[in-house]
Amino acid sequence: MTIETGRSDNLADLLRTGAAALTARWVELAAAPLRGRLSPAELERELSELYGALLSGVDSGARDVAAEPYAELRGQLADLSRRRARAGFTPSETAIAVFALKQALFEFVDRDDAQGGLREVVVFSQLLDALGLQTFETYAKAREEVIDEQAEQLLELTTPVVKLWDGVLAVPLVGTLDSARTQVVMEKLLEALVTTGAAHAIIDITGVLAVDTQVAQHLLKTVMAARLMGAECTISGIRPHIAQTIVALGIEFGDITTKSSLADALRHALRRSGVDVVTADRRG
Amino acid sequence: MTGREDIPIAADEDVVRVRQVVRSFAQRAKLSLVDQTKLVTAASELARNTLTYGGGGAAVVELLGEGRRQGVRASFQDTGPGIPDTALALTDGWTSGRGMGLGLSGARRLVDEFELDTEVGRGTTVTVVKWSR
Repeated sequence: MTIETGRSDNLADLLRTGAAALTARWVELAAAPLRGRLSPAELERELSELYGALLSGVDSGARDVAAEPYAELRGQLADLSRRRARAGFTPSETAIAVFALKQALFEFVDRDDAQGGLREVVVFSQLLDALGLQTFETYAKAREEVIDEQAEQLLELTTPVVKLWDGVLAVPLVGTLDSARTQVVMEKLLEALVTTGAAHAIIDITGVLAVDTQVAQHLLKTVMAARLMGAECTISGIRPHIAQTIVALGIEFGDITTKSSLADALRHALRRSGVDVVTADRRG
Repeated sequence: MTGREDIPIAADEDVVRVRQVVRSFAQRAKLSLVDQTKLVTAASELARNTLTYGGGGAAVVELLGEGRRQGVRASFQDTGPGIPDTALALTDGWTSGRGMGLGLSGARRLVDEFELDTEVGRGTTVTVVKWSR
């Protein structure tokens, strides 16, 4: 937003003389909607920094926030927004950090001299801010819903249970295994074991980038659950660098059957269920 | 691309991001595939510790150059409760939570240099380094 600066204003002087009072009131106003999710000390540090950057921007005479003197302020705001987003604050709760200063400034000016019409402008401006925030909030929420939907679809897509043979199921795992995905994998596998009556399940981790203790723990639990249901479970696709890492980490897979490739695991499962795979010419 | 990256750790997704950043740094330092995997796995353990036991914090990943060899240093900081007994915490199979108790001790075996700096009530910083061979 650009504001015409035909005449020199005394905004910088106002911000400088009122610095202490304005910052204090700003922190107070910004803290209210956060309901204690951010410590007052932390908020004060953030907003004091912002105030300093804002003052130096205003001081330069520029009134266009895209101009160079506001670069630091923009950077700080971007950081603050990112921190808020990561901590789960809503867009409105984030934007309040900026808008609250306006309220503080109005109160500050109003106390000094109450000019005619200013009060109405203040009230109406606050109303417009709230409306603007409302549209922004709805917009962001709609976007988030799309992302959530996609994430859920991805979760479903990336964990198929496939039938390799009569009585042999496989779950090829790809990417990152977090708690939510492992839960989905476990549920789907156990359900499939019931519906198909399969006696063997193969969990293939060829596509898993790294196996840390959490992933290992999830895998072990899934295998245990499958066993409790009477199915034998094999883990396949353990590549050399993963194997070395697992050993160094100290994870023990105990008596769980592991194979280096899905083909080996399938052959193992077939043999266990009494199926022998032979080449055609040897059959005669 | 710079030789240093700071990553806040506040949620599960951040652990994934730490892993991705560490992996790309390990590739730039020309670590072998085994060493890449070891470092990424160690980083994953430590980042999760920062989140689960430290209540969140930050990771700093840096590229190191020393003569002809290159390396990656990853540092995990939190301002959580700290570790009262470091010897116990580094024992295989011991956990104060619900994990396997191999995270910290396992991570130490996966890297070349391991430094644990902790104080009860102040927080914990774990720094690991992996060098290219």
